Amino acid sequence: MSDNENNSGYLDMDLLRFTTAGSVDDGKSTLIGRLLYDSKAIFEDQLEAVEKSSKSRGDAHVNLALLTDGLRSEREQGITIDVAYRYFATPRRKFIIADTPGHIQYTRNMVTGASTANLAIVLVDARKGVIEQTCRHAFIASLLKIQNIVVCVNKMDLVEWDQKTYDSIVSDFKKFASRLDNLVNITFIPASALLGDNIVDKSKNMDWYQGPTLLYHLETVYNGSDFNHIDARLPVQWVIRPHSNKYHDFRGFSGRIAGGVFKPGDRVKVLPSGFESKIKGIHSMDTELDEAYSPMSVAITLEDEIDVSRGDMIVKPNNVPEVAQEIEAMVCWFSSNKSLKGSGKYILRHTTNEVQAIVKEVRYKMNINTLHKIEDDLELQLNDIGRISIRTSAPIFYDSYSKNRITGSIILVDPMTNETVAAGMII
Amino acid sequence: MDYRITHLKQLESEAIYILRETAAQFEKPVLLFSGGKDSIVMAHLAKKAFWPAKLPFPLLHVDTGHNFPETMEYRDRFIKDLGAELVVASVQDAIDQGKVVEETGHNASRNSLQTVALLEGLEQGQYDAALGGGRRDEEKARAKERFFSHRDAFGQWDPKNQRPELWNIFNGKKQHGEHFRVFPLSNWTEMDIWQYIKLEAIDLPNLYFSHKRDCFVRNGVIMAVTEFTQPTDSEAVESMQVRFRTIGDTTCTGAALSSADNLDTIIDEVASARQTERGTRADDKRSETAMEDRKKQGYF
Repeated sequence: MSDNENNSGYLDMDLLRFTTAGSVDDGKSTLIGRLLYDSKAIFEDQLEAVEKSSKSRGDAHVNLALLTDGLRSEREQGITIDVAYRYFATPRRKFIIADTPGHIQYTRNMVTGASTANLAIVLVDARKGVIEQTCRHAFIASLLKIQNIVVCVNKMDLVEWDQKTYDSIVSDFKKFASRLDNLVNITFIPASALLGDNIVDKSKNMDWYQGPTLLYHLETVYNGSDFNHIDARLPVQWVIRPHSNKYHDFRGFSGRIAGGVFKPGDRVKVLPSGFESKIKGIHSMDTELDEAYSPMSVAITLEDEIDVSRGDMIVKPNNVPEVAQEIEAMVCWFSSNKSLKGSGKYILRHTTNEVQAIVKEVRYKMNINTLHKIEDDLELQLNDIGRISIRTSAPIFYDSYSKNRITGSIILVDPMTNETVAAGMII
Repeated sequence: MDYRITHLKQLESEAIYILRETAAQFEKPVLLFSGGKDSIVMAHLAKKAFWPAKLPFPLLHVDTGHNFPETMEYRDRFIKDLGAELVVASVQDAIDQGKVVEETGHNASRNSLQTVALLEGLEQGQYDAALGGGRRDEEKARAKERFFSHRDAFGQWDPKNQRPELWNIFNGKKQHGEHFRVFPLSNWTEMDIWQYIKLEAIDLPNLYFSHKRDCFVRNGVIMAVTEFTQPTDSEAVESMQVRFRTIGDTTCTGAALSSADNLDTIIDEVASARQTERGTRADDKRSETAMEDRKKQGYF
């Protein structure tokens, strides 16, 4: 391959964001270390540093987990506290890994990592099979509407590469997954992250498995369905007014397309005012575009002079989102200081919009291990997931989360501490 | 119709979104400009984000006084082309005013003093958000950094008490006196930066390209002979074919042997590199958690 081909190939790569969840012992760090190491994303000086600290800690082997545990307290305690982001690329794709700790205390981190992911890897220890934690990870993936799940049955070397063990785990997981919405595409892969079987290279120990290796699957899985290309939505972020002689009348409504396709000449409607106009031009700096779609950042100019500001949404007149002050949402509670008991006042942020909000009621809480609804204890504490009803001070323009992850998501902010206390998916 | 966009376009769109969000959510943002490739790319993205208007915030250069002359020439030309306002926070001034004490000895560096000049600069300008070119792939403590990173009234980072960031909703609310660091390039890797520079034909300081220069080796790092970095008697000076993978203060920026003198050969070099770019940074080699410690104190 010549240098030029090499370079232009890189320009055609797409992007896959995935999340991994697992606990201390199921080999998650080893799995990530293996992916990074075998795809050559780990550098010599990083490896040397890890070798050095493994030795000084008295570890028997090179501890790949030290590559991902970055903070002092994490290294000291041997645990991952926070979401860590990792990067690697193959000639086909660039990957962003949101590496999240899997313990129940870290539900909020798993939700955070899952919110931007296109795919989730759920790790199962082949010796333990499908346990509560597996179910929790799968539930969170489905709640956050991650359509692609990879169930990686790890440590197959410790069950003598036994197909029966693997088959019964697959069957158990399918049984549980049938109770979840949104899980469209589940792939099962038997693997040993420690020895490298079926991670990057095909296993020589499991002839009975004909499927892809983990990396091959990550490189080839269809990754186009996460953006909504049907319902045109542009939340206005910032109005560009140059005040210069050359662009005296330029008023660019800038933002990142949250759904659908916009073209010059399209008739559009602005919410909440309801005024209509036509798209004059779509700008990406000095280039004018023929069309714009999610997730592109653009600036749109309109034929008519109408009042548009941050927090407004540009849509098509024949396809408008819900406009309401009463919404229902599934939320994950994030605050360790204050719980949600019955009701409370918050700031609600949705796309580029911000309104006052009152939580009217907690309808139920989820037991995320069993999927049972809890209706006799309605206090949402850190890491709890439940359904709430909200009233806002002004209408918001939204779609259900299942229709659009961008226009269907909210966060709640405590007006006293400015802390982000909840993440919500509008029903 | 194929509605997919390449990973570089996705990263570009994400960074522009963050830049606009910063302009909208804060009263007085500032963009930290070092003259290094990451801050050049960030300034280029800012130009795209607000075109045809000028940048709605100034650029702040934390000047250690130990610059490569090439960086300063480039800086002044770049700012002029951009039509942006430049503010300089000077480490020399902080030293002259007795706010900091300079390290001594042949290994002395003003790197840690930058934090003081930076915090002073932010306070003087009353900036409530500082845009930085940091990337999560650079260093293990940075891997846990947020796009919108909250700093208390002392400019300190508390890694265990960070705000969660979900979807593309960012919470920039703060108490009086607190500020934010914002990192639009969080998800970029060194490779992405170089590919994007090529895609957009962005002009760079010539230090990044291979050239002959008098150097010496200290603690395994190749240092350029400059006004501020002089070899000791036991350190032999040699003319070497080098380029810089990162550009910081001369006292802590190491060179790499390289014959890569254009973007294509640099990209090939980055693709086959087996050392991280910060591997040439003397400041990170001081201890295992050197970066985390400096960040907690208010470093970039």
